[in-house]
Amino acid sequence: MLLATVMTLILSVGAFSLGLVLGALGAALKRARLNVVRWLTEAFTTAARGIPELLIIYLLFFGGSSGIMFVAKIFGYNGYIEINALMIGIVAVGVVQGAYQTEVFRGAVDAVPKGQIEAARAAGMSDLLMFRRILVPQVLRLALPGLGNCCVSAMKETALVSIVGMVEIMRQAHIGAGSTRHPFLFYGLAAALFLALTSFSGAGFRKLEIWARRGERS
Amino acid sequence: MDFQLMAESVVPLLHGMLKTFQLVTISLSIGFCLAIGLALLRVSRQPVVSGAARVYIFVIRGTPLLVQLFLIYYGLGQVEWLRHSIFWVVLREPFWCAVIALIINTTAYGAEIIRGGLQSVSWGEKEAARSFGMSGFLLFRRIVFPIAIRQALPAYGNEVILMVKATSLASTVTVMEMTGVSNAIIADTYRPLEVFLIAGALYLLLNFILINIVRWIERRLSGHLRQPVEAKS
Repeated sequence: MLLATVMTLILSVGAFSLGLVLGALGAALKRARLNVVRWLTEAFTTAARGIPELLIIYLLFFGGSSGIMFVAKIFGYNGYIEINALMIGIVAVGVVQGAYQTEVFRGAVDAVPKGQIEAARAAGMSDLLMFRRILVPQVLRLALPGLGNCCVSAMKETALVSIVGMVEIMRQAHIGAGSTRHPFLFYGLAAALFLALTSFSGAGFRKLEIWARRGERS
Repeated sequence: MDFQLMAESVVPLLHGMLKTFQLVTISLSIGFCLAIGLALLRVSRQPVVSGAARVYIFVIRGTPLLVQLFLIYYGLGQVEWLRHSIFWVVLREPFWCAVIALIINTTAYGAEIIRGGLQSVSWGEKEAARSFGMSGFLLFRRIVFPIAIRQALPAYGNEVILMVKATSLASTVTVMEMTGVSNAIIADTYRPLEVFLIAGALYLLLNFILINIVRWIERRLSGHLRQPVEAKS
């Protein structure tokens, strides 16, 4: 059960980090000048937030290997490639996370007052300097509450990866319940572990939020 | 791309979609009513009552729906006296187990949304109603509830979409809703992408329809905010 908890943690952290990268990228693409890029990003976030995670996991689980091999064939590699359940789990949950975090980041970027961007430009900052000094510190602070929610839901969504055989908390509980015939005990334990994980991360994000807001006037 | 398979899988997936729709509508309509009750308990001045509601919401929102579903489906089936009680008629059906799990889940999420609505009702409006002699249930029915529901509806629309997605978990307890049907077709044909595209499109369609129903209700409830249409002479 302990090992399974570690696995759940690895899955959650991996998926959440992938979500961070995709989310930041998605938020940037949603402000792109090219209409097509904006539309494609919009289509991605709508689809990834509207289609059940379980269906996405099935797609990646059954189609992931052949998809990767198809790409590898284009680059001239003809061997058999198999990706493990951990990778599939991280990618499946991470892609959905990316869509939700895109919206979180977009909202945070929109919340930065326009005057500050203009002021930065007037002070002669280049794009990169403005991004680093003005945009990033504020967006991260504004996005923290939303990211906390995303992190909790990422943890809960990792339970779905158990369906395709990944041994994390839920799978371990399923195995235990099946062999001992004490489903209440094992699923109850799984629920308690998840509750501990989610409340721990929730508390962590609240602490982080207080720390990030220390400079704000109240 | 196997277009023939795509065409052939539409009909079974539509059957699955009907099941998905049933799961969503049954659990949302019951869950919505229970959520109102739970939200009222949550804002109660009795610390025991609001504390109990708080614990329920905390536990349900902190654990995956899959755990809750398995606790009901596998767990309750092991309880001997339940198997011989009248509840077994409901609990032996995977469909109703899924519905119960979904109701338990959406009640907790919905209660938090409605609580936000209830707390957004301003003191002035309640005071004005009191000065008109309204109190208790009349005050709630005429003033607090309509304002709260109007505030909560946009967020509740998100909850509706989350519920549509959540129904896919019913496939893990052998209910053949849309995800279950997709999984069966994929396992038969080993063409995941084709099936995924059709099933995904149907899910988005279902979401689109439901979210527009919520928007329609929202528009009907907020008639006072719209610009008056100018009369044409």
